[in-house]
Amino acid sequence: MNEFITLAQGNGGKQAHELIRKVFAESFGMTKPLTDSAILEESGFTLAFTTDSYVVDPLFFPGGDIGKLALCGTVNDLAVSGADPEYIAASFIIEEGFPLSDLKNIVRSMSREASKAGVRIVTGDTKVVEKGKCDKLFITTSGIGILDQEKENISTGKEIKPGDKIIINGPLGNHAIAVLGARKNLGFTTPVASDCASLNHLIKSVLDKCNGVRFMRDVTRGGLATVLNELTEIYGSGIKINESAVPVDEPVKGLCEMLGFDPLYLANEGKVLFVVGKGEEEKVLNILRSDPLGRDSSIIGEIVPGKEKLVILNTSVGGSRILDMPSGLQLPRIC
Amino acid sequence: MCLSIPVKIVSIEGTMAEVSAGGTLFRAGLHMIEDAKIGDYVLLHAGFAIQKISEKEAEETIRLFDELNESV
Amino acid sequence: MKYIDEYRDKKLISALTGQIRKSALGDYTFMEVCGGHTAAIHRFGIHSLLPENIKLISGPGCPVCVSGTDFIDKAIAYSQMDYVIITSFGDLLRIPGSSASLEKMKAAGADVRIVLSALEALDIAQDNPSKKVVFPAIGFETTAPGTAVTVIQASKSKTENFFLLCGHKVMPPAMEAIIKEGVRLDGFICPGHVAAITGSAIFDFIPEKYNLGCVVTGFEPADLLQSILMLIRQVNSRTPAVEIQYNRVVTEGGNKLAQKSLYEVFEPCDMQWRGLGLIPLSGLALKKEFRMFDIEKSIPLNIEVLQENEQCICGEILRGIKRPPDCQLFANLCLPENPVGACMVSPEGSCNTYYKYRLANE
Repeated sequence: MNEFITLAQGNGGKQAHELIRKVFAESFGMTKPLTDSAILEESGFTLAFTTDSYVVDPLFFPGGDIGKLALCGTVNDLAVSGADPEYIAASFIIEEGFPLSDLKNIVRSMSREASKAGVRIVTGDTKVVEKGKCDKLFITTSGIGILDQEKENISTGKEIKPGDKIIINGPLGNHAIAVLGARKNLGFTTPVASDCASLNHLIKSVLDKCNGVRFMRDVTRGGLATVLNELTEIYGSGIKINESAVPVDEPVKGLCEMLGFDPLYLANEGKVLFVVGKGEEEKVLNILRSDPLGRDSSIIGEIVPGKEKLVILNTSVGGSRILDMPSGLQLPRIC
Repeated sequence: MCLSIPVKIVSIEGTMAEVSAGGTLFRAGLHMIEDAKIGDYVLLHAGFAIQKISEKEAEETIRLFDELNESV
Repeated sequence: MKYIDEYRDKKLISALTGQIRKSALGDYTFMEVCGGHTAAIHRFGIHSLLPENIKLISGPGCPVCVSGTDFIDKAIAYSQMDYVIITSFGDLLRIPGSSASLEKMKAAGADVRIVLSALEALDIAQDNPSKKVVFPAIGFETTAPGTAVTVIQASKSKTENFFLLCGHKVMPPAMEAIIKEGVRLDGFICPGHVAAITGSAIFDFIPEKYNLGCVVTGFEPADLLQSILMLIRQVNSRTPAVEIQYNRVVTEGGNKLAQKSLYEVFEPCDMQWRGLGLIPLSGLALKKEFRMFDIEKSIPLNIEVLQENEQCICGEILRGIKRPPDCQLFANLCLPENPVGACMVSPEGSCNTYYKYRLANE
């Protein structure tokens, strides 16, 4: 690894995974596979516990702001583990000179989102640092949720089988493009808004009506390709994805064509990947499509048997290629 | 970097234009295009429109493709 | 999206591959010499659609890959100067120089900014009059006219702190060098966007002198497949010629306005190509009246060119003699996240695209 930390190590791709493994997980004695939330057994309860930091630049973007992002991100990490999110802690590191009106707007936004999600922000911390010692505002949120024991396998994927179908709840890449566009320094403007949203109600409606969900993960930094590659490691086998089934909005496509981005590697903040038992996929799809956050849900692929832990993309023109883990500089400070 | 894509001119101001790729707007220098008009399709490369797209030729290509499709 | 989706129609692709299979009676080897084509071929899985008797090899078409280590070392040297801002296309950031990359310099505090256009670099120069703004100018005839237009603007607006690190190259001399190497070829898939500027006539010498066919090709899957079909038919009928497949954008004469700007500012010069050595008249240098925009004239450097890694065979890959899997370093010591050679760094590089888009059973 480099002597100095590079941006690539914060991007959710290969270098980021390496940093987490070799520096953090090793020192903290984390030996179990890392999941979106830590699942903790306490007498009588199974808790899901998670934490995340938010350093998005700019702080305000179409579809959201850093506060909404922080709330939704942590709620979603709990929800995709199958837990009911309950309590949130929020810490703020604020740069000296930061406008109070902006801070109030961000905090109100968090509060609104917390009401929507049905969670309570119960504790927190504030620090102010001298001008220049942090970039405007950083937020860290931690969350606790309660998990039914029968849903525990959803975060580990232990019950995944060949033939299981893969579903995504809508178009990819909107968040990354909205944030990039809001920076206004890359010479383009876009009508795209971030998909930032709390997904716990959507997920609950699926889990309540359907037993077939074997695994869930939220698709954030590193995009769909990262989650699919992580999935091959978890399950130990391959995945086939149909490129034409993966929803991508036209303005996102246009930007990707121009800048050479692949929508499958772009960050999202309102997308969840489901692995669903074969035969249950239509039921899950219908439940998702009846919700505004899942209107464009699509069955995009399936788990395939075999020894190769590869994600194969069947291209829209009938060819095929491997979809690898993203590597190197993608888009910095999207989340 | 070497990427060029077909985009539609949506507005023109002097030598610069606003062009659309599926709804995302970019700026493009029109210094290399004669008689650029709003609604024209051009190839956008590294911040410049480098050539107009001939609708006539494109339609001809598509027509040949359609013939190919039908003959299969 | 218009002018894109129609050329990705699955039914059409299937019809074209059917025609190719019917017409491909012998063995064919075609070379593409444009990084955009390398990337498109791999992105759409074109290899997986072609029968086994058709081979596609990648030539020196990735401008980033063919830039020598010294080009990057120079950019790095300038980036270390306090009063310099490097404004670069994104692809250049991770190219390895002798010992570092622009990305690493940026991490260590150098002012390195990504731009999408030379015009953006000029804007940055105008916004930062106390700094020298250096734009590493790489790319072929597709990109060079934009740089030329920008230099003309810089001259008109007297923006004296805007500079180029000259690295633009032109295609035909490199293609001739490949042919003279004796690489076994049956034809060229010619770069469509280069030809949009220059016109297809720049390739006329290839069938005339060397009896090899040239089809000027677009970048969508249907374009590539139609071109391959046209090349096969040329080989079968023994009628090598320059044909334009990409006629919605390419004409014989090209974009005269772009050519005018290009040759107002630049003139041909000899240039080093990674893997091909010095090729006469293959580069573009600033003409005398615009030489004040050349950073190497303003701040001369004395760069010691260190030897490239001996096991790196980027040169042979760029010449089309070897393929990425033939390299000892490929996919073990040389990876997209830790590239040794330029072919692995650039998203259009042969090794990078091969690695990213490789098939499971290859």
